[in-house]
Amino acid sequence: MTNDGYNTVELRGPAEPAELEKLNIGDVVYINGMIYTGREGVYRKILDEGNSPPADFSTISNINFHCSPAASIESDGSYTVGAVTATASFRFSKWMERWFSLTNCKVVIGKGGMPQSDYQQYFVPNGAVYLTTVGYGTGALLGRGIKKVPQVFWLKELGIAQAIWVLEVEKFGPFLVESDLRGNSLFEQSKREIDQNIEGLYAGLKQPALRRYGETTHRTDEVI
Amino acid sequence: MITETVIQEAAGEITRRAAIRIPDDYRSGIRDIRSNEQGPLSCFVLDTMMDNWDAAVADQRPMCADTGLPRYYVKFGNEASIQGGFVALERALRRATADGTAKIPLRPNRVHPLTREDHNNNVGARAPEIEYSVEPNADWLDITTVHKGGLFGTDYRMLFPGDGWDGIKKMFLDTMIQFGRRGLACQPAIVGVGIGGSKDTCMVLGKQAACLRVVGDRHPDSEIAKLEDELKELGNQIGMGPMGFVGSSMVVDCHIEVAHTHTGGMPVSIHSFCLSSRRAVVRIFADGSSEYRTDPQWFTPYHRREEVE
Repeated sequence: MTNDGYNTVELRGPAEPAELEKLNIGDVVYINGMIYTGREGVYRKILDEGNSPPADFSTISNINFHCSPAASIESDGSYTVGAVTATASFRFSKWMERWFSLTNCKVVIGKGGMPQSDYQQYFVPNGAVYLTTVGYGTGALLGRGIKKVPQVFWLKELGIAQAIWVLEVEKFGPFLVESDLRGNSLFEQSKREIDQNIEGLYAGLKQPALRRYGETTHRTDEVI
Repeated sequence: MITETVIQEAAGEITRRAAIRIPDDYRSGIRDIRSNEQGPLSCFVLDTMMDNWDAAVADQRPMCADTGLPRYYVKFGNEASIQGGFVALERALRRATADGTAKIPLRPNRVHPLTREDHNNNVGARAPEIEYSVEPNADWLDITTVHKGGLFGTDYRMLFPGDGWDGIKKMFLDTMIQFGRRGLACQPAIVGVGIGGSKDTCMVLGKQAACLRVVGDRHPDSEIAKLEDELKELGNQIGMGPMGFVGSSMVVDCHIEVAHTHTGGMPVSIHSFCLSSRRAVVRIFADGSSEYRTDPQWFTPYHRREEVE
């Protein structure tokens, strides 16, 4: 594959299920249209504490970005978003299933993905895909893609980092398809290939004299 | 006589530079590692990161929205003098951090560890950290700022003399693989290894090795320099690249620093400085003029001295 050989897809927000059908792991995705941010503060408030959502999410978008923008509020009440970077998604797995059924969310964007079993258990039955940010730390590129902040919900209640930011974006990306509608995982695919080499690296290296208490994690396990 | 105003201005400028412009040595290190990379996804990530650095400079916005924990390393010329002394210096550095957080802007990352209270200015208890060293026969003041993230990619272990080079290699592999998966360490990184001292000096030394030496720099002790090459090569043989994808780009460079240690032990610490390796330096001269650079020149022969005098 050459530098230009990546399969690049432009996705509209909200996303059409037929468009999601065409995505495969490893595809490069840019988004145009509407997305919203939401993470543990929002999930806790709605799903754990039972508060009503501040708006009908299905009228805003079905793309949920796990992110806290580096944003500031101007004197005229408008919002400025500088750099944007995703936050690690594996901590939010437990809320995803209920979030999908409440909001009809179909695309989750975040950092680093979730275990593949979560995709198969929660994402696939709800027709949802996972996109990962690249790098990580493409804050400047992603910041460029944000064209407008039409609305912010629960800014006072949850603060800048945890509020729901509705973002109008253009050529927002790049992202990589980490899990497609079949529940495949790009990270898992890489891991399987890399793991074949791992034991060989340690061949001939002796164990340190002092073991670590509780040192039982296998090298092919992940720590997330 | 160096004034507080000059220090605050210069510290503000290095804070801005660090957040926005990737140091040239790191960028050329990434270009080199990219030229050897065969993994298509790893290539894509590296190309995207280089685009991101260009966008950050063109738009004058921080390269990463996680702007790390701003901190300072101050090297004093033995003959330098500051109006108002050390108290004035520390006040200037704290002000520069608070001002920079609002103006650049940086993300207000610093919170109280228990209450999670945020002053929204990256200043608080022991924050920003300020570390000192001295240099003989000089009347200037060097200030380096480093904005390092720090949730993943660092480890410490008490090894023993009998564990030898094997023990260090094994720990190095463990740390690279554990935090390399899914790219938790935001690799390829400059990896710093601290060997010796006591637990606290070992941690400090490894972090300084990662953050205060530039890509391509080798330890003056040829035996240690050889180990640096060996660990770098070992990391890049794991088969893992950026984001944990298949590839060979794991370690942009490896720097080892040593400190004399307890006769029975060999403490080791490992630190990864991420794809946004943010550091910037200013030298303030006695006449108040300033020169900016990205090489901290922290580990001088005097700083590494082993003799009594």
